[in-house]
Amino acid sequence: MTTLDASDDVVRARGVTKRFGDFDAVRGIDFTIRRGESFGFLGPNGAGKTSTMRMVSAVSTPTSGSLDIFGLDPASRGSEIRGRLGVVPQEDTFDLDLSLRLNLEMFGRYFDLPRRVIKERTGELLEFAHLSDRAEDKVDNLSGGMKRRLTIARALMNRPELLILDEPTTGLDPQARHLLWERLYRLKREGVTLIITTHYMDEAEQLCDRLVVMDHGRIVAEGAPADLITTHASREVLELRLGAEDHAALAPRLADLAERIEVLADRVLLYVDSADDTLASVHRAGWRPERALQRRSSLEDVFLRLTGRTLDE
Amino acid sequence: MSEVTSLGWSRWRRAWWFQAVYYAQTWRGSVVSSVLLPLGYLGALGVGVGHLVSHHSGLIDGQTYLHFIAPSLLATTAFQLGEGESLWPVLASFKWTRSFHAAVTTPLTPRDVLVGKLAWVATRAFAIGVLYALIIAGVGAAHSWWALTLPLLSVVICLAFAAPLAAYAAKVDTDISFPLIYRFGFVPMFLFSATFYPVSAYPGWLRPLVQLVPLYHGVALVRAACFGGAAPAVLAHLIVLLVLIVVGVLWGDVTFRRRLID
Repeated sequence: MTTLDASDDVVRARGVTKRFGDFDAVRGIDFTIRRGESFGFLGPNGAGKTSTMRMVSAVSTPTSGSLDIFGLDPASRGSEIRGRLGVVPQEDTFDLDLSLRLNLEMFGRYFDLPRRVIKERTGELLEFAHLSDRAEDKVDNLSGGMKRRLTIARALMNRPELLILDEPTTGLDPQARHLLWERLYRLKREGVTLIITTHYMDEAEQLCDRLVVMDHGRIVAEGAPADLITTHASREVLELRLGAEDHAALAPRLADLAERIEVLADRVLLYVDSADDTLASVHRAGWRPERALQRRSSLEDVFLRLTGRTLDE
Repeated sequence: MSEVTSLGWSRWRRAWWFQAVYYAQTWRGSVVSSVLLPLGYLGALGVGVGHLVSHHSGLIDGQTYLHFIAPSLLATTAFQLGEGESLWPVLASFKWTRSFHAAVTTPLTPRDVLVGKLAWVATRAFAIGVLYALIIAGVGAAHSWWALTLPLLSVVICLAFAAPLAAYAAKVDTDISFPLIYRFGFVPMFLFSATFYPVSAYPGWLRPLVQLVPLYHGVALVRAACFGGAAPAVLAHLIVLLVLIVVGVLWGDVTFRRRLID
C-alpha cells in the first residue's frame, strides 16, 4: 500500500464534541477516514453514533473541535459538501403518495442534475435496488426491505464520493440484509467511500475495513475488525449456561479454566484458546452445564471487554 | 468532482418544483376547497341571501349583496389556502414523511425548503387569484381597474397566513394544537372579518376588535381593489399583511433551521 497524502482523507475529525442542552452526545472524538475505505462506527444505542453521522453529513454543527469533509469546513461549505455526499438515514424519508420513480427523480432535482441524467440514473438505480418492476408503484406499498434498498438507491443519485449509512439494516430480515450487503460490496468495489453505523457485529465484520467502537460519546477502540478481536479478545469463546439459580455466585469458580471470564445475567463466557479443550476441562472438573456453545471470538466480545456491556443493553 | 453547478440563490426553486410535482399527483381534493366550495358560497349567499337583503335594506356600502361578497370570497379562499397548506402539511413533512429532512441531506438548506414551500403556496394563490378575478369580473363586481391586482393581493393574503403558520408548524412536536387553532381562530375569523356584512353592522365597541383580525384587512383590501377605496386605509391594510409575511418568514427561517439542522 502506498503512503496516503492528506488529499486522500475524506473526513478528518479532531476533538469533535456535540452537546444538546446539558447532554454530551459526543465527547471529543478523533478519526480519519480515507478515500475508498469502508469505515464503521460500532456501539450501542445512545453511544453518539447518530450524532456523529449527522455532523459528518453536514446537517449538524460540532459544538467544539475541528471537522473537515473533503478538506472543506461544513459550517461554511455545507451545501457544497452535501452535493458530494449520499446519506442513508436511519428512518426512511419518502413521500409515500408518490411513485418510486418520482421519488428518485425529485431527489435528482434537488442536486440540480440535468433531466436527461436524472432519467438515465433513475432507471439504473431502480435496477440496482432490484425494484425496476415496481417503478410506478407508490412507495407506500413497499416492504421494509424494499424501502431500505430504495433509500440506498436514492442516496446514489448524485454519484456520491462518500456514502453515509446510519443503521442500514436495522429491522430487516436476514435475506433482505444479505441482499443489501451485496449491494454495498458492489459500491465498495466501485471505489465509493462508505461510513456505516451499526450495532450488528456480523455486519461490521462483513463490511468494514476499519472501525471505531463508541461508548458514551467516546471512541474506546479503533482498528480493523480482525485486529480488534486479536487485541481485545481470545481466539475462541465457550459460552456456558449453568442452570443454577445462583449462577452468578458459582460462575467465578470457573475463572481458573480461562484467560478471562464474563458473567452475564443468563450465561458465562470463557475466553480461551480452544473451546473444545476447555469444555473437556469443565466436564472433568465436575460441572454439568445445561448448555455449552463453542464459537470464535467476535466484535461483540471486544465490545464487552471494552465497555463491560453487551451491545443490545 | 462536483456536479452541482447552479448558484445558491436559486436552490429554493428545486424545493418549489418538488411541491409542484407533488401537487400534480394529489391536486384533486384541492378543487373542492379552493373552487367548488367558494362558488357554492357565492351562489347560496350572493344570490339566495342577496335576494333577501335587497328586499329589506337595498344596497350594502353602495353594492348589491352579490357584488359585496364576491371579493371577500377571494380573500377567504386565499386565507384558507394559506392555512391549509401550512399546518398539517408542514408538520407532516417534518414528522411523518420526513421529506424535509431528506431535502436537507442534499445541497438544499432549511431556508431553501421554507422559501420553496412558500413560493409554491404563493403560486397556487396567484392561480386562484386569476380565477377569482375572472369570476368577480364575470358577475360584474369589478368596478375599478385596480381589480387587475387581485391575483397579487391573493398572494399577499395567502402568505400573510402561510408564512407565520408554517413557522409555527415547524416548531411543534404534535398537531394537538391545530384543531384548537381552527375552531377558535380560523372559523371565527372566516365568519367575523366583515366577510359577509360590513364592519358597520357591528356595535361601535366591537369594530376595533374586528380590525385586529388579520383576515379583515385582506377582505378590506380586496374590496378596495374592486370598488375603490381611500389610499391611506388601503395602504394600512397592505402594511398589516406585509408585516405578517415578513415576521412569518423571519420566524420560519429560525424554526425550519432548528428543526432540520442541529
